[in-house]
Amino acid sequence: MLSRRIIPCLDVRDGKVVKGVRFRDHVVMGEIVDLALRYRDEGADELVFYDITASPEGRTVDRGWVERVARVIDIPFCVAGGIRSVDEARAVLHAGADKISVNSPALERPALIDELAGAFGVQCVVVGVDSLRDSDGEWRVRQYTGDPSRTQALPRRTLDWVVEAQKRGAGEIVLNCMGSDGVRQGYDLDQLAVVRAICQVPLIASGGAGAAEHFRDAFTEADVDGALAASVFHSGAIAIPDLKQSLAGWGVAVRI
Amino acid sequence: MSVVLVDAGGTNIGSVRYALQRLGVDAALTSDASAIRAADKVILPGVGAAGPGMARLRELGLVDLIRSLTQPVLGVCLGMQLLCERSEEGDTPCLGVVPATVRRFDEQPGLRVPHMGWNRLRPRRAHPLLAGVGEDDWAYFVHSYAVPTGDYALATTDYGGEFACVIQRGNFHGMQFHPERSAQVGARLLKNFLEL
Repeated sequence: MLSRRIIPCLDVRDGKVVKGVRFRDHVVMGEIVDLALRYRDEGADELVFYDITASPEGRTVDRGWVERVARVIDIPFCVAGGIRSVDEARAVLHAGADKISVNSPALERPALIDELAGAFGVQCVVVGVDSLRDSDGEWRVRQYTGDPSRTQALPRRTLDWVVEAQKRGAGEIVLNCMGSDGVRQGYDLDQLAVVRAICQVPLIASGGAGAAEHFRDAFTEADVDGALAASVFHSGAIAIPDLKQSLAGWGVAVRI
Repeated sequence: MSVVLVDAGGTNIGSVRYALQRLGVDAALTSDASAIRAADKVILPGVGAAGPGMARLRELGLVDLIRSLTQPVLGVCLGMQLLCERSEEGDTPCLGVVPATVRRFDEQPGLRVPHMGWNRLRPRRAHPLLAGVGEDDWAYFVHSYAVPTGDYALATTDYGGEFACVIQRGNFHGMQFHPERSAQVGARLLKNFLEL
């Protein structure tokens, strides 16, 4: 039985872990390696590091901390942030990351997904999708969300992009539901369920976790493979061991 | 004790090396035949596809060398698959030290491929490699192709059916999951290998 994954997300800015609300107003939460070790000890199944300003600033992720994390961490981790070529991806993977996640650069040039899958296999390639519902009721993708002044709404429909990303070689999709991000009112179950129906690779929910029940609902109602959260873990509002006990009690397969 | 990691271009080599360092072993990364032959333990890591993996071993002139090794050898993830006779991935002839054909996961409703995440290990045969590992232990998997179960299977995992997740034939061993990313269970398995 494959377990459902609990994934703390660490947004990295200037070598520190930060957290904002609705992708804005970042405050420093702590040191990268300290937080990575804390979550490993608490039973996190995987970690995701987003270098949130790399893409808007037109640079790739800083590999120094990737290597520091890889040396001490014995659970898988994924790195995202301005990776726009096979060479940049190779450097991050060789520094010790297990997977790389691409978002804005894949929207700029979708063939990047094909190139990464061809070079490293689909199992290394995660596509992050930032999605928001427009006034016409349609979910569409956003680009450069790490910097609110540069964030762009694209005409591309979220569902179309998820289908295309899989065809091109995405081995996993992380769906960031921006409308629910940071406000702790629960994952966007409607959107996740619609994306789940067209997603044959692992799907990770992101944005909105505020209580253990929200994780349960994402797993049982939207059938996602993993659930990602940041602020509730950083603040201590939800402790991962308690969360996993609750999920196990509700019949969700978790690694304890 | 000398441990070498065969540098066949896989991207997880660094992670495996760090995992060994956490166990107090400094493994050399090499593609040099005499260094591999002289080592006490040989680890063949690898993430990627079977075709390029075998092409790289051929290019380095390591195919016959690896087949002829007599010390304990461990293949991790793709490295385990390369120990088999062939892989359906690109219809690739492999090293042929374990009598099995690597197959893609069957298409089944709700079965997501790649198989990605933590799954349970089911020990099938007592072996020092599995010392201290039980039915409730989890390991981290990321793969789209798998080795069918057989008498070489020391442990199996269920994902749309049973497949071999730890194999052994003579001095050759394999782990489909990533011990370097499987927390204490993974560290225990690596330690067991080092003590074979």
